[in-house]
Amino acid sequence: MENTITQQYIDKDLVIIGGGPAGLAAAAAAKENGIDDIVILERDKYAGGVLRQCIHDGFGLKIFGERLTGPEYAARYEEKIRELNIELKLNSFVLNVTPDKIVQALSPEGMLFYRAKAVILAMGCRERTRASIMLPGTRPAGVYTAGLVQRLINIDGYVPGKEAVILGSGDIGLIMARRLTLEGVNVKAVYELMSYSSGLKRNIVQCLDDYNIPLYLNHTVIEIHGRNRIEGVTVAKVDEKKQPIPGTEEFVKCDLLVLSVGLIPENELSKSAGAALNKVTGGLFVDDNMSTNKEGIFACGNVVHVHDLVDYVTLESVNAGKCAAEYIKNGSANGDIINVVPENGVRYVVPNTVHRDSQKDSVNFMFRTGNVYRDAKIAVYDGDRLIKSIKKKILTPGEMETVKLTADEIKSVKGEIHIGVEA
Amino acid sequence: MKIDDKTITCIACPNGCEITVSFDENGNISNISGNKCKNGIAYAQSEVTAPTRILTSSVLVENGDFPLVSVKTASPIPKELMREAVKQLAKCVVKAPVHVGDVVCGNILNTGVDVVSTANVGTK
Repeated sequence: MENTITQQYIDKDLVIIGGGPAGLAAAAAAKENGIDDIVILERDKYAGGVLRQCIHDGFGLKIFGERLTGPEYAARYEEKIRELNIELKLNSFVLNVTPDKIVQALSPEGMLFYRAKAVILAMGCRERTRASIMLPGTRPAGVYTAGLVQRLINIDGYVPGKEAVILGSGDIGLIMARRLTLEGVNVKAVYELMSYSSGLKRNIVQCLDDYNIPLYLNHTVIEIHGRNRIEGVTVAKVDEKKQPIPGTEEFVKCDLLVLSVGLIPENELSKSAGAALNKVTGGLFVDDNMSTNKEGIFACGNVVHVHDLVDYVTLESVNAGKCAAEYIKNGSANGDIINVVPENGVRYVVPNTVHRDSQKDSVNFMFRTGNVYRDAKIAVYDGDRLIKSIKKKILTPGEMETVKLTADEIKSVKGEIHIGVEA
Repeated sequence: MKIDDKTITCIACPNGCEITVSFDENGNISNISGNKCKNGIAYAQSEVTAPTRILTSSVLVENGDFPLVSVKTASPIPKELMREAVKQLAKCVVKAPVHVGDVVCGNILNTGVDVVSTANVGTK
């Protein structure tokens, strides 16, 4: 018997990896721009990604002009995908993407090999864990990431503890402080290593202040206690170098430690596709068309950089979908490329390059600062020439900032675009 | 007695405007400033007089393809009723299918506000 495996390729114009808000919006935009032959591959049993478990409200103000909850926002895009008759494959896990756009997925029908004209990477991000922050101590049950606690409570219906300590004051940590409290859990405190919270101010107000949950800045967990189940943590104040200060240690009893210690773009497949990553953020390098450095491979959403708000993910993904459609119809965008460089306190900028003769009226440059700045300016330079300067009352790493440059402003650039903070 | 100015963070949208509310001799609001939009005025007025919040939670589903359905109050309810409302919702069970906008619990705690579904849940 012959022992060769013949691969049956399924030809597709566009394969989208990930059925979260990024993948759904990109698919709809591509279809609306004339591409019919699309498949979305989603590993979970439902579409919408993390939105389905984000049952709190505050989504959609920019896109729909309404205050929606996560599931409502997701439902609108699922509806759109149904109306546009776009193929959505659930329970389908992508194992590999090659630079020449072969996408291998494990699906309920078996192993599938897609041969795509274009690919959109929309895998989102994942949470940093206890291991990422090298948290010492025993390894008992009851140590969870905030997003996992959110999924257990909001999707599966389990409350995984009675007395909780939260480490990290990012938005998911703050949201979970309120959610756990409302479900009857005694949330003792939120501890934050930095001197500021990386969460939105409104979440500190409505999630912590409303329920009198204390937030301790410049504090961290230095040890986890308990053999089978977590019995408590030791917390301590940290100095300016983020080192625990001896004598400030305190034992806090708890049976649940919730970690909200950051998100990282999920780029294993991007690496297999040969797409270049930003070492600072772990996100993908993209141009103003949301194209990676690999021809025909586009990206959008949290796989590029972690967003505060789904509305911005949608806007970015619509751009990716449109540009992928344009590529499928007419090939690569040619012409002069301008580099975009972060400097003076700006950690990263998306996009990383921009076409001088961009077909768009304007391009939004999104970025985050590495520190908190008050009464500062965002300055955009072309060499020594100031293109734009915007006053800001406050800049914090927790809030994504945007600078818009018009097509004319971009056309006028002679060297590189530099974006930085000025006093 | 003159009441001091109150500074509050608006939670109507992610801008999180710092709003200052000033009062006159009779304790009435004399000025609201710092808000970027009119939602901020409404929020500030309610926050200094009778604070309200939208409650989001989840409710058990019978025979659904998910064990729970996410819900919200159709409009804000008094802030002090949040915990009580969650307790009320814990007793509530709905039958699949459920659609976005379906009333899951009408007139919760006599607030005149309905609790509605925010997700679609199909049958098992």
